[in-house]
Amino acid sequence: MNFQTLDLSAIDWARAQFALTAIYHWLFVPLTLGLGLIMSIMETKYYRTGDAFWRKTAQFWQRLFGINFAMGVATGIILEFEFGTNWSNYSWFVGDIFGAPLAIEGIVAFFMESTFIAVMYFGWNKVSRGFHLASTWLTTLGATFSAWWILVANAWMQYPVGATFDPDTVRNEMASFGSFLEVAFSPMAVVKFCHTVSSGWLTGAVVVVGISAWYLLRRREERFARSSMLVGSIFGLVACGAVMLTGDSSGVMVGKAQPMKLAAFEGLYEGSDQAPFTIVGDLKIPGMLTVLATHKLRGFVPGINDILEGGYTLPDSTKALSAEEKMSRGVVALDALTQYRLARSAGRTEKAAVMREKLEANLPYFGYGHILDKKDLVPPVPIVFWAFRVMVGLGSLFCLVFFLLVFLQYKKQLTRWPLLLKVTMWCIPLVYICSQAGWVCAEVGRQPWAIQDLLPVNAAVSALQSPAVRVTFFIFLCVFTLLLIAELRILFKVVRKGPQIEEEDKQNN
Amino acid sequence: MITYNFLQNYWWFIISLLGGLLVFLLFVQGGNSLYPILGRDEASRRMLINSTGRKWEFTFTTLVTFGGAFFASFPLFYSTSFGGAYWLWMLILLSFVLQAVSYEFQSKVGNVLGRRGYRILLIANGFMGPFLLGVAVATFFTGADFTVNKLRLGDVTNPVVSTWGSAWHGLEALANLWNVALGLAVYHLARVLALQYFINNVRDNEVEARSRHLLKFDTVLFLAFFLAFAGRLFTMTGQAVEHWGHVTEEPLKYLNNLLQQPFVLVLFLAGVLLVLFGTLRSIFSKTFRRGIWFSGAGTVLTVTAMFLLAGWHNTCFYPSTADLRSSLYLYNSCASAPTLQVMSVVSLLIPFVLAYIFYCWRAIDRKPITREELESGEHQY
Repeated sequence: MNFQTLDLSAIDWARAQFALTAIYHWLFVPLTLGLGLIMSIMETKYYRTGDAFWRKTAQFWQRLFGINFAMGVATGIILEFEFGTNWSNYSWFVGDIFGAPLAIEGIVAFFMESTFIAVMYFGWNKVSRGFHLASTWLTTLGATFSAWWILVANAWMQYPVGATFDPDTVRNEMASFGSFLEVAFSPMAVVKFCHTVSSGWLTGAVVVVGISAWYLLRRREERFARSSMLVGSIFGLVACGAVMLTGDSSGVMVGKAQPMKLAAFEGLYEGSDQAPFTIVGDLKIPGMLTVLATHKLRGFVPGINDILEGGYTLPDSTKALSAEEKMSRGVVALDALTQYRLARSAGRTEKAAVMREKLEANLPYFGYGHILDKKDLVPPVPIVFWAFRVMVGLGSLFCLVFFLLVFLQYKKQLTRWPLLLKVTMWCIPLVYICSQAGWVCAEVGRQPWAIQDLLPVNAAVSALQSPAVRVTFFIFLCVFTLLLIAELRILFKVVRKGPQIEEEDKQNN
Repeated sequence: MITYNFLQNYWWFIISLLGGLLVFLLFVQGGNSLYPILGRDEASRRMLINSTGRKWEFTFTTLVTFGGAFFASFPLFYSTSFGGAYWLWMLILLSFVLQAVSYEFQSKVGNVLGRRGYRILLIANGFMGPFLLGVAVATFFTGADFTVNKLRLGDVTNPVVSTWGSAWHGLEALANLWNVALGLAVYHLARVLALQYFINNVRDNEVEARSRHLLKFDTVLFLAFFLAFAGRLFTMTGQAVEHWGHVTEEPLKYLNNLLQQPFVLVLFLAGVLLVLFGTLRSIFSKTFRRGIWFSGAGTVLTVTAMFLLAGWHNTCFYPSTADLRSSLYLYNSCASAPTLQVMSVVSLLIPFVLAYIFYCWRAIDRKPITREELESGEHQY
């Protein structure tokens, strides 16, 4: 096999495989986060009132949680190992920083989830009510902790703080305990966690109110449906507020750390001091993008061409470099690294010192050395532009729906609005589209970077030939699609059967 | 004094311990491979599936944590082995992916593949999981065909640091009989553990009688393959690291490692004796149900000791058969000192995690599984 040059299509297949597995994984995780909290609230209600109705209600949602959870687990394991299998260079280059959150996720979060979920399902007749309630909350908490650590890892790829490049080991390293804290609590990680987890809550709430609406329309399981609708819609309204607030902070953060991504969100080629926000086509709100991205009335938001050509003033008052300049400095950095290592192994310490200095001077542009064409620095704009609009548009729809649901329940008029109940049901598939669109913005928008400015995907990949990755891509596509169909059918059957609380009560009486 | 060297050895110990726990927890896979033979009717099959079904997530989580801990503490192994032995790892993962849904889905209405379909996937995982993991672990001693060259990162046309020599990308490990021997040893060990776990966890005369009967055969097969591999291990040449990272071949390296490290020797012997005690007593005594406690603990100790033989005492834990300079040992593959320090602080949580797992297992297993218990449970597979 020829390893002299990298198989370029293998890079695209590796990207496709990662995207596929991440998309599938994200079909299950948000519901785990959202439904977890809702079922915990319902079980708390049972603990406090002792009313068996709430126990059965919690158990019904826990049944759905379990089916969904199994799929989340199945699709998640691949993602972790894919960093090694398909992104071998990445794993070495940043494993020193990136591996830690993943290991902590395993030790702290996954064991918590998998231990207490077993008590939640099999402990009803075996442990006290208090212990059971604690187990349900700990399952949800474990899932949320897990989200924290994996999002710390993801945020670091978008905003690599706390890392020091060591030319002797040829990788990025943590310099001290302080740099770990910098990674674990970076502003990008905090914003990403809050936005992602609250979007998970929103998903859980939409699924709960959507299923409740289906029962209400059929006049089935009325007490169950009304109670779930009430809990779900209040929770959903809160989640909507959290998603909007954290979405706003995400925008500001992206503007600071990943200006190219922000420009792609907006399809903005030429920047300005009062950049407009495009709704669709020529429908624009003047100056709005500047306000959203900088929280000021005037502030320069660079467009794609500005970022490629440079020359505008950065927030730290320096002039932005052009893409060509960054690329040539990157090439200097790569060459200095090679020269440094050769000089060191030959024992030429003086030359090594000179080369090290040269490397350090050009280090911020290290990743640009692997960029072959400046056009590669622009992500696929149409995909990102439309994904952003789908996310924001659908998010606004959910806010409206939750507001109406809460308002009409307050007025005790909900069942008089069957159209709203139907829309609520249809929100279930839409919330998944919305959520996936969010990740498309985040991940497609940062291409070509595996790690922002440090390592593009073409330098992050494993030395595999494309047929191998193509085969595993199609294996995962078939397996996950088949399992998704099975999961949906099982869920539909469980929902159709319903919790049967009233029927059981009648039989018992 | 906590030195960088100490941290490397400490983290290799954690990896070894997680490896030991993982192999013990493969009793779930052992059970998956056994239930059609052990359970004659649907009721007893359901008991068996529910018995391991309450534990599968621990095996899965331990596998994930094992991977995560390896990534964080020895990233060069992670990037070299996973990216190189691609097919071997992918097959292992795929078998676990399919298993993860099979417990939950197999008894549900509308599951598309039918009960039989998911149970076939469980059986497949029951064989492939332990066997392929055993083969992968054997390469820690027998080595693999790879090269590592960090200089490549400066080369725009071919920047990948770790490259694999064989176009089979990991499947070539199956052509080495000693790898296969360890794979089969782990597979039969998983079954030996599963049988003792069922004797302890399921109260059913028929299941118990058949478990004790089958245990004889699996024990003989396990011992045959294990002894064959151990015989090879303690007579083979290994790779040793001298000062300044110079790697040389050393005859009887692993035997020397065993004899020169009393702690590992005691761990290894105690582990083997515990496994033998638990298993043989389960075979010969009709009332002894606690075999799994001894065999389980013995498995953790033995496997931990074997990992320590691979990595401690200036040994290459991932020998390259292509180029001695590329072989991986603790110093050249580990994470930086600050990362290992942070991770060491986190590792202090491990005893706490083990304690709550133990407490919760006791709570769930207070009542053994019987036909009646299964009917009264709120959640069943």
